[in-house]
Amino acid sequence: MTVRIAARRALFAGALPAVLFAVWWLTSAGSTDFYLPPLSTILQKFPEVWTADRLMSDVLPSLLRLTAGYLLAAAVGIALGLAVGSHRVLRDVLEPVLELFRAIPPPVLVPVIMLFAGIGDTMKIIVVASGCVWPILLNTVEGVRAVDEVLGDTCRSYGITGPTRLWHLVLRSASPQILTGMRQALSIGIILMVISEMFASSNGLGFTIVQFQRSFAIPEMWSGVLLLGLLGFLLSLLFRFAENRALAWYHGLRRAQRDS
Amino acid sequence: MTTTYASRPAAPAARRGPAPSPVVLRGLAGLAGLVAVLEVLPRTPLVSADYLPPASTIGRAFWNLLGEGTFWSALGDTLTGWGIGLAIAVLAGVAAGVVIGSVPVLRAATASTIEFLRPIPSVALIPVAVLLYGTDLRSKLLLVVYASFWQVLVQVLAGLQDADPVAQDTARSYRLGTWGRIRYVLWPTALPYVMTGVRLAATVALVLAVTAELVIGAPGLGQQLAVAQTSGAVPEVYALVLTTGLIGVAVNLAARAVEHRVLHWHQSQRGESQSR
Repeated sequence: MTVRIAARRALFAGALPAVLFAVWWLTSAGSTDFYLPPLSTILQKFPEVWTADRLMSDVLPSLLRLTAGYLLAAAVGIALGLAVGSHRVLRDVLEPVLELFRAIPPPVLVPVIMLFAGIGDTMKIIVVASGCVWPILLNTVEGVRAVDEVLGDTCRSYGITGPTRLWHLVLRSASPQILTGMRQALSIGIILMVISEMFASSNGLGFTIVQFQRSFAIPEMWSGVLLLGLLGFLLSLLFRFAENRALAWYHGLRRAQRDS
Repeated sequence: MTTTYASRPAAPAARRGPAPSPVVLRGLAGLAGLVAVLEVLPRTPLVSADYLPPASTIGRAFWNLLGEGTFWSALGDTLTGWGIGLAIAVLAGVAAGVVIGSVPVLRAATASTIEFLRPIPSVALIPVAVLLYGTDLRSKLLLVVYASFWQVLVQVLAGLQDADPVAQDTARSYRLGTWGRIRYVLWPTALPYVMTGVRLAATVALVLAVTAELVIGAPGLGQQLAVAQTSGAVPEVYALVLTTGLIGVAVNLAARAVEHRVLHWHQSQRGESQSR
């Protein structure tokens, strides 16, 4: 029984990608368009271009910068979000300022951050963090604000305050929202990782793909685009795994509500 | 997300007094504080004025920009790319989301594909866009639409999934048809999510429009910024960053206003207006 369910699920998951892949393969098979090479050529180039060496020298640094910036943004965003979300006056004072900073498209900060931090790894990490922090921060604020009033009152009447309240009530209730913010931040982080490398870099995924494009190595460039896609997919899979573990209680609660 | 245990009474008319001035005053104080810090910081040894000019210098550069024709046409180019791209993405995202989200088989069949395509960073398409369309408006649109479409689609799907099971069962026992259930049960539940999606998409669309200009060199504010940076005009760089920020604020305020109007019945909006 469970085998059948698993097979069904695999079929559902695999059918559409297989169809799309086949369509791409067939329509591009005889392509003579220089810019849109046949999929078979791209796939053939893939293992040639992305060797273990290259993964170490280009993909790994990118991922490390992304991770550093992302974690920095998460720490700052959640801490600041908890503070801003739970203090009314602080929120009123800071809200317009935060709105202004959030509203600045993160890529335009690349030239500005380059002024301060040069073109090294620090610049890239700051760029990633400066973009990722806003969805996390604002979602945390929203999550803290939406804490259930009845639960809040219950806490108050039981005298649960301070760090205990923060950990068991506020952070708990806000966590689905915080993780939503972190998921949005992940995709922004990848974008910024690539852009910061396109600007000024001597290694990294973004740098390499742009090099291929500028030297008209089109199948190689496409293989890089595919790799970026694959990377984004794997990271979001990883995130979902972590999220499911962290929010098991929440998903269970929702399922129970649905089933009852 | 949260369960309401007691229905709230409607806000009495007396509470809707004059404008919420303390909130506005506190916000203005925050902004004034920011300007003061930016004015003082470059004059201290902490930060070099070459990197961060005082707020007054940035303000003057901003004022000068406002008098230039190229600035306004760049602004127009940016907003055109943003608006067209966002409109396409929202329409396509909502349409696709409602179709996929209300048919379980479709949802199951497309889940893996959406999960695969969504995280592909739209900037990966920059080289492709450059090759296909050069610095044309179309290469900007390609990036903007791709990036913001997923924001809307994923929110629509999440919203449809969040529908209250009791309400769903109620609708079923009242024999509402598929269309009726979409209209009266799924759509109201999904609407807050959709509005969130649109708000996110509006921001992402602006980010990608400016990015396309900055990296590809499509005409617009981003291109102006790249020019200012390469020519070492630091105050102009900050003035342009400020401009993009102000556009972003305007976009957010507009999205909020729309959200507030559309969702005036929703708990989050009612709670807000009551506590003020």
